[in-house]
Amino acid sequence: MSLAAPPREAAAPPPPPARPSAVRRLGGFLLRQWRRLTAMRTAIVLLFLLALAAVPGSLLPQRSLSQANVSQYFADHPTLAPVLDRLYLFDVFSSPWFAAVYLLLFVSLIGCVLPRALEHARALRTPPPPAPRRLSRLPDAAELPTPLPAPEALDVVEEELRVRRHRVVRRERGGVEELSAEKGLLKEAGNLVFHLALVALLLALAGGKLWGYEGSILVTEGGRFCNSFQQYDTHSSGALVEGSDLTPVCVGLEDFRAEYEEDLTAASFTADITYGPPGQEGRPATIGVNDPLRVDGDRVYVTGHGFAPRFTVTLPDGSTFDDVSAPFLPTEQSTMASEGALKLPDLGAGAEDQLALQGFFAPTGMVRDGILTSINPQPLAPQVAIVAYQGYLGLDSGLPQSVYSLDTSQIERGRLTEVGSANLAVGESTTLPDGTTVTFTGYAEFAALQFSHDPGQVWVLAAAIAVLAGLLGMLLLRRERVFARATAAPADGGTVLGVGVLTRGSGDGAPRFAALTDDLRAALAARAAARAPSDGAAPEPEASPRDR
Amino acid sequence: MTADQLADLSDTLFSSSVGLYSLAVVAFCAQLAFGRRPARARELVGSGAPAEPGATAASAPGADPPAVRRWGRVAMLLTALGALAHAGVLVARGLATDRLPWGNMYEFATAVVLVAVVAFLVLAVRSPGLRHLGLFVLAPVVVSLVAIGLFLYVEGGPLVAALRSSWLAVHVTSAILGSGVFLVSGIASALYLVRSRYEARGGDGADLVARVPSAASLDRLAHRTAVFGFPIYTFAMIAGAIWAESAWGRFWGWDPKETWMFISWVVYAAYLHARTTAGWRGRPAAWVNVVGFGMVLFNLLYVNMVSTGLHSYGGVD
Ligand code: HEM
Repeated sequence: MSLAAPPREAAAPPPPPARPSAVRRLGGFLLRQWRRLTAMRTAIVLLFLLALAAVPGSLLPQRSLSQANVSQYFADHPTLAPVLDRLYLFDVFSSPWFAAVYLLLFVSLIGCVLPRALEHARALRTPPPPAPRRLSRLPDAAELPTPLPAPEALDVVEEELRVRRHRVVRRERGGVEELSAEKGLLKEAGNLVFHLALVALLLALAGGKLWGYEGSILVTEGGRFCNSFQQYDTHSSGALVEGSDLTPVCVGLEDFRAEYEEDLTAASFTADITYGPPGQEGRPATIGVNDPLRVDGDRVYVTGHGFAPRFTVTLPDGSTFDDVSAPFLPTEQSTMASEGALKLPDLGAGAEDQLALQGFFAPTGMVRDGILTSINPQPLAPQVAIVAYQGYLGLDSGLPQSVYSLDTSQIERGRLTEVGSANLAVGESTTLPDGTTVTFTGYAEFAALQFSHDPGQVWVLAAAIAVLAGLLGMLLLRRERVFARATAAPADGGTVLGVGVLTRGSGDGAPRFAALTDDLRAALAARAAARAPSDGAAPEPEASPRDR
Repeated sequence: MTADQLADLSDTLFSSSVGLYSLAVVAFCAQLAFGRRPARARELVGSGAPAEPGATAASAPGADPPAVRRWGRVAMLLTALGALAHAGVLVARGLATDRLPWGNMYEFATAVVLVAVVAFLVLAVRSPGLRHLGLFVLAPVVVSLVAIGLFLYVEGGPLVAALRSSWLAVHVTSAILGSGVFLVSGIASALYLVRSRYEARGGDGADLVARVPSAASLDRLAHRTAVFGFPIYTFAMIAGAIWAESAWGRFWGWDPKETWMFISWVVYAAYLHARTTAGWRGRPAAWVNVVGFGMVLFNLLYVNMVSTGLHSYGGVD
């Protein structure tokens, strides 16, 4: 449409070259998309999408939090679950679509903030811009009449503004003296620091994910593990972690203590551990809840605890197996009622001579109507309720099975049969039909320990602090530009001082502007009073030394 | 006093504060009922006349007839007394249990509501025009306190091991502060939505809405409180991550509570953006703020009561 306006151009229409046009069109298209992506509107939409994308991650069970809950969901919703799984809804936070949203957001952020950073760097080196032609158009503006001559009136303004830590420049345009002042460039710096620190945060998180690993293991008192993936019960590691990268250390659990309040609230869990390179004694340390061991980027946590009941099994031929035990997992934290299974595949000669005890452990047991329950998390009167099975456990069948429970398919197939059950206190035994006796001899405590390595962690913390600092700067500081222009008053020979303020940032500008104009009025009046004696001889070419 | 007496005192104070707030609601109703339509004079403040700091365009106390001012003062006094009793609930709890009084959901929710009331009081003392908001802040406060008393009440007790950390003070206190301030911000934005529709229709319609501060000042109030709350909330999130690192062995694990805090945080960031973006200013931004408010509430209630995460110290059965 606007092409029609300049007639000279219409006379010689530049024929658009055919070949580069495709490239240029593509370039134009990309540029437009880029502008669209880096617009604030897009940022808002992407922020919303990010919030929305996180919602299913909290409403559906997540593998990263609890594999068991996901399995349960599969069992409860056999048709729906596979569909949801296809959509990564059980791994929301590592899903490609979640990544797509935050990567787009961060690309938009960089595209938006980098140009602003350059502009800000330029603004730091350039003086405040000239005053707008009409000061009265500014949101806050006033006119102050004064008997002072124009340069002196502006001197007063400059002084007031310098006290308020403004950068001030004086200019003269068309014979009229004017002044521009500015403060609060830190606000913009805060904005840039905030947004760029968010990028740093994301990078630190990514680094931690790629080069970090963690492993968990149950260790009974007196036990020990070394930092290798083969030893851990469960472990996870970043894509760039090799088994050989793991810090060569071993951790031993010397003693574990759980303390309780009178009302049986857990008060503290502490573990005395040793920590050191393999083959060495290790140095002692005490860790607990809220108090992990941190050494050179590696950390050891106590994440839980429990009991491993101990049994002695005596076979009919007199051979005994002393103090065999297995960790029972707590099913109820408040009473430490625990469940587990002890599997003894190597008792007899034959594959069918295996024994297993599946059971329930109560640190302080109470039997009512033959049912054992736990009434106290402390091991005051430990009891077990066991069911004994004999037959083939299926351990070497090639299928993985949980160490904490029996393979029920072996029971269903009749290869493992129940041969007896009993409630036992410490020291009591039960005799199975074939003459085997099982004695409950006591318990050991175990701790669930976690070994973590996350090289990104300190960087994440540093970035988070920068985010907060930038945020405070951006939100709490004010950016303010003050303009003043002194024009000769037409009537009485004095000056009319026009003042206008442009603020960006928190709060209401009006009261602050009122305070500024009040101070200016007072200062102008004071200056006028001071020069009153020599009044009348208003020197026209006042060559007072002024910094510009 | 013994711990039991202190615990009883705390419960008594809870009922007292609900009673005082209810009376304040009545007084705020009376203030609105006796008020006449706000004078145009309001718009004059802010055009350069010396005004007290923090005053907003809506505050022209002189414009109210004496009966209104009297009821307004009574209401503010009752609110302040209620807030004292309300603070007493937590102090007595803390003394009775010998720990910070935000170890379970009852205490946490009570504290959040207290922050909202105090934030309102501070704002209303600084800019008297905002007293007209009293009914809309105090009525939800009474409703939530009654609900907290009915559904969330638990006896005070010692903290479980994982909560015994000085990060409890840092993380939970800042989360309470942030959530309480966001509550006020959300109410302001919700009222803004009502009021701006009323103003767009030319200012006739429900009388109640006529007495609410102008849409412009509600918008400013919502923004100022959100700007105040956002860094606090951000800090709460960072402190939570630091605590989680030492308590649970990872600083961020997308536990439901963490996820919802993240969601609320992102929504508030969107609100702050929307406020400065053409096409989003005004009603769309206010909606974003209301959604953020919903997220905070959801995080407070649903996530604690229904979902099972590591944060399940709520103490609600
Ligand atoms: C990770 C995502 C982001 C977060 C959490 C975030 C957060 C924030 C917050 C809290 C503010 C303060 C607003 C205020 O001053 O009241 C802000 C300001 C700002 N953001 Fe973002 N932001 C994000 C991404 C972006 C993106 C993608 C862009 C560009 C497209 C952007 C551009 C801006 C600008 C220009 C401001 C300054 C607004 C003003 O001063 O008027 N931000 N941001």
